[in-house]
Amino acid sequence: MSLLLKNISLPLASFTLEASIEAHGRITAIFGPSGAGKTSLLDLIAGLRKAQSAFIKLGDRVLTDTANKICVPTHQRGIGYVSQDLALFPHLSVRQNLLYGAKINGAARPLFSFEHVTKVLEIESLIPRNVTELSGGEKQRVALARALLASPRLLLLDEPLGSLDAALKAKIIPYLTRIRDEFQVPMLCVTHDRFEALTLADEIVVLVSGKILQSGPVLNVFTRPADAEVARFVGIETLHPGRITSVSDGLAMVSIGNALLTALAPSVATREVFVCIRGEDVILQHEIAAASSVRNRLMARVVSFRTEGALVRVELDAGFPLFAFITRPALAELALREGSTITALIKAPAIHLVPR
Amino acid sequence: MTAEEWQIVWFTAWVSALSTVMILPFGLALAWALARHDWPGKSIVETLVALPLVMPPVATGLILLHLFGRRGALGSFLHDTLHFDVIFTWKAVLLALSVMSLPLLVRSTRVAFEEVNPRLEQIARTLGASQWRVLCTITIPLAARGIVAGMVLAFARALGEFGATIMIAGNIPGKTSTLSLAIYQNVQLGEDANAFRLLGVSVVLAFAAVWFSEFLLRRKRKPQ
Repeated sequence: MSLLLKNISLPLASFTLEASIEAHGRITAIFGPSGAGKTSLLDLIAGLRKAQSAFIKLGDRVLTDTANKICVPTHQRGIGYVSQDLALFPHLSVRQNLLYGAKINGAARPLFSFEHVTKVLEIESLIPRNVTELSGGEKQRVALARALLASPRLLLLDEPLGSLDAALKAKIIPYLTRIRDEFQVPMLCVTHDRFEALTLADEIVVLVSGKILQSGPVLNVFTRPADAEVARFVGIETLHPGRITSVSDGLAMVSIGNALLTALAPSVATREVFVCIRGEDVILQHEIAAASSVRNRLMARVVSFRTEGALVRVELDAGFPLFAFITRPALAELALREGSTITALIKAPAIHLVPR
Repeated sequence: MTAEEWQIVWFTAWVSALSTVMILPFGLALAWALARHDWPGKSIVETLVALPLVMPPVATGLILLHLFGRRGALGSFLHDTLHFDVIFTWKAVLLALSVMSLPLLVRSTRVAFEEVNPRLEQIARTLGASQWRVLCTITIPLAARGIVAGMVLAFARALGEFGATIMIAGNIPGKTSTLSLAIYQNVQLGEDANAFRLLGVSVVLAFAAVWFSEFLLRRKRKPQ
């Protein structure tokens, strides 16, 4: 089921949210920093806020059309919403929370059975309990189940993992992917976490200060950001200004700092560019290979290290600041120390150039 | 206690309870509208509702007397079209108690409604509940303690009402005489023993009302 948002205009405190989105994915991530207008956008889709102008269509049903004064009330939209604070009803038991929407919407023809949902989300043992006795992860699953049991046609998730620590996140993600695969309910998921977006979503919309900067398949946006601002928000590690000195056979020679790189020529005719290189695409090695398909071999000096989970982020001076992600065993094997020299290898297609 | 005194006690308790029940639907609706919505004239309504709290009760009584007297705007209408008289009847007592206790009910329940997280109401709506259903299943249950506290305050205020009541209902034995009016009359007549007896009953009634509300407030809110 596709979701179409057109001509959205919603004045907020410091900017006006303006968006047009067409989401076809099973999970579409609304990705952006805090205060970008992500939650306001979800509220608008759920009918909890009124926009200056908006056209919202879910499947073949128009939910909001300000031009024709159409505004389907929230309770008739069939849109489930799991808010950031989960909003479990504190005066009701887990069972009563779960059945709240099911009793209203799903009594005649529920999309999913109570038993099925509680089994998939592994909350059967929680049913007799009070919501005040639940842990963060349990609350999260109960809130998800409650929304599903109301038989929604679309599920809105506001930072579904935002309030959880890393261990709990890892526990909840499989449940979200199970909802995606088992129940086939399309989801719109607000997040400012790269990992969440990459793990869960098929499509992504990058929203910054109320404006959509880029949208499309997740991998495409993360590897080929449209401009430097998107590159910064999707967390491209190396983002540095450069200048195209020549273009030949679809390859561009780019002068960056004291180095010269070979990259795929950008589709836009421009000389001033930002060079984007993901840390995962940089290979570090001691010996220079005699012959290789890699176009960029840079002598670099190690500036610093920082451990990030299973990986180590290595800051290098390769004539410009370059960042590489390597594993901890690789770090030990290479015997890298601050100040030591190393060769950095980058394939030409891994270097993405965006207009400056 | 004489039969006449018992009649005064029962009449006072009964009319106070009735006034509290009568103002409840209107008070809840008004408190909810004030807590949850912005509308033109809201500040004027807020001020009007609070007025009986700050004005001398006798002044409020005088306004009611002019409104509901036979020559008053509302009183003449009620008398001429419905043959219904308010002033100097038990209905006047009910009116005075209702007007004087409404602000306390509204203030208390408004705070209780404001303390209910609006996100809970919004999520209930996304689960398919109409606004009315949300009010009945989420807002009122979560604000119940504040509502009960407001009702007890209103009841207690009604029990002790004097100024407005004497203006529009007088002190007619067996008809409009309440505990406060009877205590005042006994003191005026120098019958202190009677006054103290009625005072004791007033204290017991007020104590029972406040104790009951505290009991309800302290009772742990348990999901069914």
